[in-house]
Amino acid sequence: MEFQAKELFAKHDVPGTPGIVATTPAEARAAAEKLGVCVVKAQVKAGGRGKAGGVKLAKTPDEAEEHATAILGMEIKGLTVHRVLIAPAASIEEEYYFSFLLDRANRQYLCIASVEGGVEIEEVAKTNPDAVKQIPINPGTGVDEAKAREIVAEAGFPEALVEQAVTTVLNLWKVFVEEDATLVEVNPLARLEGDILEALDGKVSLDENAEFRHPDHAQFEDKDEADPLEAMAKEKNLNYVKLDGSVGIIGNGAGLVMSTLDVVAYAGEKHGGVKPANFLDIGGGASAQVMADGLHVILSDSQVKSVFVNVFGGITSCDAVANGIVGALEILGDEESKPLVVRLDGNNVEEGRRILNEANHPMVTLVDTMDGAADKAAELANA
Amino acid sequence: MSIYLNKDSKVIVQGITGGEGTKHTALMLKCGTQVVGGVNARKAGTTVTHKDADGNDVELPVFGSVKEAMAETGADVSVAFVPPTFTKDACIEAIDAGIGLLVVITEGVPVQDTAEVFAYLDGKSTRMIGPNCPGIITPGEALAGITPATISGSGPVGLVSKSGTLTYQMMFELRDYGFSTAIGIGGDPIVGTTHIDALEAFENDPDTKAIVMIGEIGGDAEERAADYIKDHVTKPVVGYVAGFTAPEGKTMGHAGAIVSGSSGTAQAKKDALEAVGVKVGKTPSETAQLMRDILQSM
Repeated sequence: MEFQAKELFAKHDVPGTPGIVATTPAEARAAAEKLGVCVVKAQVKAGGRGKAGGVKLAKTPDEAEEHATAILGMEIKGLTVHRVLIAPAASIEEEYYFSFLLDRANRQYLCIASVEGGVEIEEVAKTNPDAVKQIPINPGTGVDEAKAREIVAEAGFPEALVEQAVTTVLNLWKVFVEEDATLVEVNPLARLEGDILEALDGKVSLDENAEFRHPDHAQFEDKDEADPLEAMAKEKNLNYVKLDGSVGIIGNGAGLVMSTLDVVAYAGEKHGGVKPANFLDIGGGASAQVMADGLHVILSDSQVKSVFVNVFGGITSCDAVANGIVGALEILGDEESKPLVVRLDGNNVEEGRRILNEANHPMVTLVDTMDGAADKAAELANA
Repeated sequence: MSIYLNKDSKVIVQGITGGEGTKHTALMLKCGTQVVGGVNARKAGTTVTHKDADGNDVELPVFGSVKEAMAETGADVSVAFVPPTFTKDACIEAIDAGIGLLVVITEGVPVQDTAEVFAYLDGKSTRMIGPNCPGIITPGEALAGITPATISGSGPVGLVSKSGTLTYQMMFELRDYGFSTAIGIGGDPIVGTTHIDALEAFENDPDTKAIVMIGEIGGDAEERAADYIKDHVTKPVVGYVAGFTAPEGKTMGHAGAIVSGSSGTAQAKKDALEAVGVKVGKTPSETAQLMRDILQSM
């Protein structure tokens, strides 16, 4: 979110005014009393806040309180606003765009800079692509002062701002590298009255894989926006995403689980249009406890009518997976109240199926193929 | 024949004494791979004992560095099971030693570390596969990675996939034909070997008659692969893309599997592949059937 990006900017000396975060209209009023003329800005992880009415200018503390009352609790792109940022109003003379990002296609980094307009950058990119400069950056050598000067010259910053721009580019590069970001975006980077360059709004995406280097990044996690089932899954270290259907899905491996969602959605077309209820990847282990944790989350979803367990026994062979399922059903007891369709394939599949057949659990149906099992799960969800 | 890996490949394991390293060294040996040693600087000079494909004990030396291991054993392939914290250094070490093939299994490597390693590869003799991948298997000859060797035997199909379990699923579906080589390139935003690299190698491999390419949502690697196929691949290619029902903007396990706008959706990838004549299956089993139809008509 903007205020978090601005905290990271401030940490690395990127010029700008962080502003004050408020969660109530009274706090917004107090902030405005300190800052004078200010802007009240909704803090959600979504673009287009201004167009949605989530950004308003307040000339007085009364107005700040009034705007905060309107904005707090409003929904922007499905996200509820829990915080506003009160930022001092700036008198903007020109707006620029600047970002560092991961360039997946070319397996390097990219700097995108434009002195033609800031917030309308997507429009500029369409109508005048030459004005949006793309400068590749070698991850081995990065951005030193010479590279920063090259970027500033290529982007065409006005003469009076060149030195400030070089310093800002170097500091933004520090944000990108030292925080392990995949995106650092300033939009707009503004020229204020008196030729002052400031980052007025920004966005930073951080690499979750690098969390071990950044224990402080945990504070940026947005707990109040997470779905309660997703929060429950996260506590159990499960890779779960809530969706909107009625067939619960458990599988191993992200690719296979995504494929399972697709196969269930196709099968659902023949059974009243039922859809997958979630994504849940239990990874390689498939122990009784992990399976029980996964089933617990899925069964807590009131939309779920049936559950499809789709496991390919690779390193963990099918007998271990079957024992995991049987163990999970014991742990869950009466909680397991919805029909469970299981498809097992791969190493030692005969033994795995034998274990499940022998357990003969009343809620479990064993189906041989992925397509057949998806069909059965969809049928049961539509019953 | 095969790509990148064969029965003559001599494999070392970086992190051979760790839990994953130990488990998968045993599995690689069991299917006949020539694992010749390992690396762990803190345990240099010791040995680890495993069983080979015939059930006989083999004692593998643990070296202090990749360079030393290569000099002593003639190894040309390294498989890295190193925690994410140390993966970058392990890769740089292997590249500096001049290893031919570096397979990085480790999941959770910071993408900036991978970006640096990839930049470092420029001008060097090493091919990197991964990170965050199941590795590569040439059935009946050798395994460098964690793919179960018992799923399928050798045959005419070349397989390249972003996803581990979908690699296994597709090998299982087509075990009646078998595979020249199956390679899991990994789902991270930056990987050492791409779909295009593998397509090029399969095109040049006389024993590969047809190619299955598995993609998933996120990025535009499949779209670029489609462009490549149009101009450079004469062998039949069948495709599969996972993630048609994935909602936009949600991460589903792989850092790379993030849908951003219209580019990167499963539909966009399917359209791009079909536009260059690649048949794309709706499900893994339908994809396998499309491949079977092609092989039967050859």
